[in-house]
Amino acid sequence: MQPILEALNVRKAYAQHTALDGVSLAIPEGSIFGLLGPNGAGKTSLIRIITQITAADEGEIRFRGQKLNPEHIAQIGYLPEERGLYKKMKVGEQLLYLARLRGLSRADATQRIKNWLTRFDIKPWAEKNVEDLSKGMQQKVQFIATVLHEPSLIILDEPFSGFDPINANLIKDEILELRQRGATIIFSTHRMESVEEMCDSIALINRSRKVLDGTVTDIRDAFKTQTYIVEGKGRLMVLHPDFEVLEHKERENGFFQDRIRLHAGTTPNDLLRYLIGNVEVHAFREQIPSINEIFIRRVRETMPETLVELEESSN
Amino acid sequence: MESKFWLVAQREYLTRVRKKSFLILTLLVPVLFVGFGFLIARVAMADNDEIDVVRVLDQSPARLGSRLKSTARLQFIPVQGPLEQAKSAYRKSDDGGLLYLPATITPQQNTGIQLYAKGNVSLRKQKAVEDALDKILAEEKLRGAGLSQEKLDALRSSVDVASINLDEEGKEKSSNALATSGISYALALLIYMFIFIYGVQIMRGVGEEKSSRIMEVMLSSVKPFQLMMGKIVGIAAVGLTQFLLWGLLSWGAGTLVGSVVLNKFAPPKTEVATTATQTTADSAASGSISATTQPIDGQDAIQQATTARTGVFKVLADLPIGTILFGFIAYFLGGYLLYGALFGAIGAAVDDQTDTQQFMFPITMPLILSYIIGVSVILRNPDGPVAFWMSMIPFTSPIAMVIRLPFGVPAWQLALSLVLLAIGFVGTVWVGARIYRVGVLMYGKKVTYRELSKWMFYKG
Repeated sequence: MQPILEALNVRKAYAQHTALDGVSLAIPEGSIFGLLGPNGAGKTSLIRIITQITAADEGEIRFRGQKLNPEHIAQIGYLPEERGLYKKMKVGEQLLYLARLRGLSRADATQRIKNWLTRFDIKPWAEKNVEDLSKGMQQKVQFIATVLHEPSLIILDEPFSGFDPINANLIKDEILELRQRGATIIFSTHRMESVEEMCDSIALINRSRKVLDGTVTDIRDAFKTQTYIVEGKGRLMVLHPDFEVLEHKERENGFFQDRIRLHAGTTPNDLLRYLIGNVEVHAFREQIPSINEIFIRRVRETMPETLVELEESSN
Repeated sequence: MESKFWLVAQREYLTRVRKKSFLILTLLVPVLFVGFGFLIARVAMADNDEIDVVRVLDQSPARLGSRLKSTARLQFIPVQGPLEQAKSAYRKSDDGGLLYLPATITPQQNTGIQLYAKGNVSLRKQKAVEDALDKILAEEKLRGAGLSQEKLDALRSSVDVASINLDEEGKEKSSNALATSGISYALALLIYMFIFIYGVQIMRGVGEEKSSRIMEVMLSSVKPFQLMMGKIVGIAAVGLTQFLLWGLLSWGAGTLVGSVVLNKFAPPKTEVATTATQTTADSAASGSISATTQPIDGQDAIQQATTARTGVFKVLADLPIGTILFGFIAYFLGGYLLYGALFGAIGAAVDDQTDTQQFMFPITMPLILSYIIGVSVILRNPDGPVAFWMSMIPFTSPIAMVIRLPFGVPAWQLALSLVLLAIGFVGTVWVGARIYRVGVLMYGKKVTYRELSKWMFYKG
């Protein structure tokens, strides 16, 4: 399937630093795509190029195979990290204004605004000034403004950072619903754990360069370490030719939790059989690396010099 | 794309026009304006109300007093009787003074004339009386030298200097420096106020957008240039609406108040006559009835006023109205655009409204300077070198040139100045748009001039 968006070798430099250094991406249509990386990695620069706020110095962005042009603005919805609304404007008017700037007709926009306000249960607020709204309400309005023109590509920059947990969940549900209806969503965030369970594909960016991309499943598979977590009761033999105990934690009353890595040629079943013969097994599961761990591992391999600041910023 | 620009302009216009403050300001200014005008008129009228009736006790052998001519401001009414009696009669009256010409007065020997008044005599009144006396004494001397009355009449001329402006084609135009200056001044003030009030509004508007963090949302739909120009044009429309409403309301209210005031305060001619009669009656009571009451020159004064008014209209008619109107609109819009783009750039460059001061200064300085120098130097010498150069520099020409326009400006100067202004505003709009584009997305950075100059050369 043709990707909805492709970045080809995109470069962008500012006076003091390079924001993007030859980044290439392909975002599959209908997927939820995570654009991940620490603060200052270049995510927002890339998004600003996609949303045509700035232009790339080199390289090209393609939207459904076409070179990106102003016509595409109507098909993209963008919720920036720096987001706000006109404070002294009424909610309804504001939504209408933003929708019309995205190319919607007045009649269409009015109808859709009504639907969305009803859906979010904030219809009585249409005539209120934005400054009279609570923060949570404003967040809902901002989200509505982002999707009102039914874009086929929705870009959300740090979507949950400004939202309270209740709204964040509401937005998550809406996003899944939008994907259901065929929209493609780009999440951009430095808090990788907040989106990893939602994303189909991801790209990891560090220091203006892409370090990794692909589907979440593929990446996880590739970074599996044959490590299993075992919980149980009894005494486990520490030395064994087929596997290695990486970490052993004693709990009270003879309970334990171990991390065990299989050596090549050993299957989980071999380990399990061994365990059953020796201890009382309460839990047995594969330790799947988190995207954050994969990211750090990948960076350690490719650009070790940036690791220190990385660990600082991801906290 | 074009329609987005209009959407932006429309929003800027509507949100401002619908504000309560707009309504209040729109209503309040004409009220203040008319109220102020009314106050001035009242003061002036109060001053005029002292149409001074000066009683003249004339004991001079040549009956000089009977020849004193009343004017619009000053009426001479002869009284008779001994000085003491006249004085006490005067004290009981409301009249403005008692002029005593003793019997010793001859055209050659004219000391001892006295003006009695209640309280201090104003300089103006004393001067007016002196002038009137001077005139008849001079006439008397001339008559003594053997000139006939006809010759005297022929000699007497009402001096009224009409200045004639000889233009290049040798056509004569009556020019009235005062009326022309007034028009120049008013035009300059309008442009100055407009640029200042609405330029600052542009700056504030951009600042608000920036601090509300809506810029990035906006810029993903609209080009920064469209956003900036939409704002500038929208606010210009707000300003024009406001000025238009001010004009209409002031005119309406002025007419209304004017008619009321005129009816109420303007003394009808009969009233003057009554006063005169009363005075005569007073005099009669004191036992000294004047035989000849001088006709009061009310008609004359009206005639004069009418002449003066037609004079002003004549001046207006002779002014290059077409050129002034065209020039005013061109400089008004050009100047507003030129400064508006810079104000917009300042709003975009700074995070905090309080930081605007350092950037405001260099922008407002040429504006303020051109106004101050304009209404002093250029108004006095509209064809001098200062006037010429200031009306060429785009930053000062919007004000300097409109001051010169009513006095007549050579076509080549006007054309050159307009071309320079056009280059000027294209330049500032370019610079403004570049600073704007970078500035609106730049947060938490203290901007310096060096920084700003770098922004101009950032790529897309």
